[in-house]
Amino acid sequence: MLTNSFLINSFKKTIHTFINVIPIIIGMLLLTSLIISVFQQQITAGLFGNGDLPDTLLGASIGGIAAGHPLASYLLGGEMLTGGVSLIAVTALVVSWVTVGIAQLPAEAMMLGWRFAVYRNIISFIASVAIAFITIHTLQFFGLV
Amino acid sequence: MPNTSTKRSYGGWIFLTLTLIAYALLGLLKPQAATQAFNLFAHVITQVLPVLGLVFLLLLAANLLLKPKRIKRYLGKGSGLKGWSIAIVGGVFSVGSIYPWYAMLSELQKKGMRTELIAAFLYSRAIKLPLLPLMIHYFGAIYTLVLCLYLIVFSIINGILVEKLTKPTCYKK
Repeated sequence: MLTNSFLINSFKKTIHTFINVIPIIIGMLLLTSLIISVFQQQITAGLFGNGDLPDTLLGASIGGIAAGHPLASYLLGGEMLTGGVSLIAVTALVVSWVTVGIAQLPAEAMMLGWRFAVYRNIISFIASVAIAFITIHTLQFFGLV
Repeated sequence: MPNTSTKRSYGGWIFLTLTLIAYALLGLLKPQAATQAFNLFAHVITQVLPVLGLVFLLLLAANLLLKPKRIKRYLGKGSGLKGWSIAIVGGVFSVGSIYPWYAMLSELQKKGMRTELIAAFLYSRAIKLPLLPLMIHYFGAIYTLVLCLYLIVFSIINGILVEKLTKPTCYKK
């Protein structure tokens, strides 16, 4: 049974979470718009655009190092797609952003053990590349992209 | 949701301020580029705003229905197929910062939770239910569905591999 105080408390918690997320969303939208506008050519023809495998590895590496809110990866990935970066590279970025955590590695290691944390992150990095390829090839196989 | 996820955080506001400063500097150096960037931002924000309403509702639902203690109760005793299911579903539904979840998993690890289930839980956190509307908005519903299915499959593979590789010394004393 949900009491009134529980409902109010949950609503307050949600508001607080949302208030914490809003500046990240607006900030990421502003930043990605700035990056896309100023560095569009460098993104599409410089860093990326070297073939599927190098682009995917680069996307996974950026995602693994990044420590921002997961929402930021969708926004950045969406804008990168608009900028001409391949869907495979963007998928690797989005997946590794939430599965690989270089920034969180010390905390994960301290609480769950170094061996566990290191192996889990290495496997997750490889998996992000694999998932990127499999997802896009599945979609291509069924003619959905 | 872990309590720490609802604490007031100023990181986002600092980040937003720094971004606005970058815009101001760009406006001084290259006004045309700053205008172009701001126009792009205005275009994107009008597309994203309606989706944020849905994100709010999903966050509210998570706060109303899910508690770490509840997830912990089932994960701590889970094993076999049931354990896998609980670990993956628990990971999918776990929201908020990762750090309180590390603490919870560490506690469960000490009580005998299988390493493979911990890895699967952490991997399946890649599926962010409250953020799915935004993912669909940017990448499409079919893409999101296929990606989420593979993330679930790989959370199992990830769990099995981590268990095999860390087996002899993974448990903390």
